[in-house]
Amino acid sequence: MSLQSASLRRGQGSLHFPPSAMQSIDRWRLQQTGFIHSLRQNSSLQRTGVFLLAAGAGLLPLMAGSAKAALTKMPTDGADTLLMLMGSALVLLMTPGLAFFYGGFTRAKNVLNTMMMSFFLMGLIGVLWVVIGYSLSFDLGFKSPFIGGLGSMFLNGVGGELGDAPLADGFAISATSFALFQGMFAIITPALISGAVVERINFKAWFWFSLLWSLFIYCPMCHMVWGGGYIGPFGEIGAIDFAGGTVVHIAAGVAALVSAAIVGPRSSYPESKRPPHNVPFILLGAGLLWFGWFGFNGASYFAAKGAGFSFLTTTASASAALLTWCLIEWFTDGKPTAVGAATGAVAGLVGITPAAGFVYMGPALLIGALSAAACLIAVRVKMATKLDDSLDAFMVHGIGGTVGALLTGLLATPALVPADYFPKSAEILAKGGNIALFGAQFKAVLITFGFVGLGTAIILWIVGAVVGLRVSPQEEERGLDFVAHGEEAYDPMTF
Amino acid sequence: MKLITAVIRPSRIDAVKTALVDASIVGMTVSEVRGFGRQKGQVERYRGSEFTIDFLPKAKIDVVVEDGQVETAIAVIETAARSGDIGDGKIFVVPVEQVVRVRTGERGSSAL
Repeated sequence: MSLQSASLRRGQGSLHFPPSAMQSIDRWRLQQTGFIHSLRQNSSLQRTGVFLLAAGAGLLPLMAGSAKAALTKMPTDGADTLLMLMGSALVLLMTPGLAFFYGGFTRAKNVLNTMMMSFFLMGLIGVLWVVIGYSLSFDLGFKSPFIGGLGSMFLNGVGGELGDAPLADGFAISATSFALFQGMFAIITPALISGAVVERINFKAWFWFSLLWSLFIYCPMCHMVWGGGYIGPFGEIGAIDFAGGTVVHIAAGVAALVSAAIVGPRSSYPESKRPPHNVPFILLGAGLLWFGWFGFNGASYFAAKGAGFSFLTTTASASAALLTWCLIEWFTDGKPTAVGAATGAVAGLVGITPAAGFVYMGPALLIGALSAAACLIAVRVKMATKLDDSLDAFMVHGIGGTVGALLTGLLATPALVPADYFPKSAEILAKGGNIALFGAQFKAVLITFGFVGLGTAIILWIVGAVVGLRVSPQEEERGLDFVAHGEEAYDPMTF
Repeated sequence: MKLITAVIRPSRIDAVKTALVDASIVGMTVSEVRGFGRQKGQVERYRGSEFTIDFLPKAKIDVVVEDGQVETAIAVIETAARSGDIGDGKIFVVPVEQVVRVRTGERGSSAL
């Protein structure tokens, strides 16, 4: 009931938006499930509505009746939809970008295998997403706060006959563009994990691991945070995650940590450690990631007019992080490094991901600087341990994502977390301020660590028991490019 | 005939080549090699991890000359390759038993 009173104080307790609010709809960042908000203001719908629509993005048939009562239908807007299509293309490019980023770090004999662990998922997860992944994330069939349903398999019904139907009442982007955009996130998330296990994992194990992880970890996480489920602004916890700090980066980071521990270090680690074989690849990859992140964070605004804002916080944080990482190196080691610049930029992009639409520029710069400092310390702490998270997937995505999620709680501006779109989160902010929201973010982080950590371990044990996780030490020595793919990246005798 | 093998700094390869050609010593084979002498390795740092690189990149020049040209060739390479710091490299001279020009089958000095 307190939710409702909070809404009434804002004068938006009625079923329909006043004209001024209608105009502001596309100005506000609409987080993936933002349209559900006004249902909570309608007392006749508020209980059933949440569960019915919670996971409903894209599932128009099931929710059409109820949604109509709450939000005015908006025609699909070309500019907003184009933002999503452009954003999707940008996010897709992040996966080959990540392949270059990771590929540069490995030994020359393992570069193709490392890059394939990311690139291949554009095939595997691309198919999985269309067939069932989207449905498990955003369908409502199971009426569960933890998992979607099966009604949108093969994207059945999404976008109507011509694919141009709006995502939902109150949304001006097409449902098809939303499904596409989300698919690109689904592809890159398991790819991020690969950095922890490169140069020794068996490619068949990677195939099954990424398939099962996407189905049983990513889709539930996506549903819980963005699909209106347990963790997000409509659920119990009320945490906010603008573009995937929890779903993508903490989830991938924790999975990376667990994978590195279970798969085990590379043979004769750390004596076998070698410098990156191609630093320019690392810079190329980081550049592509930064470029693609404009889609990842920027297009998560869901409305073209106001998206410049989330584009700005994204790049400001990355710049601050790159600078911070290099300055720390300069002071402590005497030289700023190219690898440090690339890593710092990625850390800053990870850090701002959950906050991109909820903070102004000052906090964005601060989030970038603190994320970089935290990740740099994490990388150096790891060096003192025997844990072989080979490419620092946890140290950058897990730590950066966690720092970003917690700072989002501390630094979020209440005006940017409107009760209409983030009812539970706004209530928390109104009652307890940023400290209370920090508490919610902390709970979300803990749940993610627990759920993803345990789930990843179970999947790895199953895959390990059925197909085995590692290649033999002899194969490791030979190099995985030839062993897994029958190819070599560099052959000096090829003219 | 003698084979002169010089292992030098990669950055000096162009200077050495030009100096040899200017001294009318034409024809050479160069290769990228790695190694160390008294210089030992260098320390590189990536994401804070230190790596001691023992085998440093070097350039190797192989040139075969008449006995009478050996001292000239050595002097030219020495001058052109020298920076004065540790790591300038080494020059080795070994006798050559036979030389064959593949295209014509010529042997000995005329094949050079």
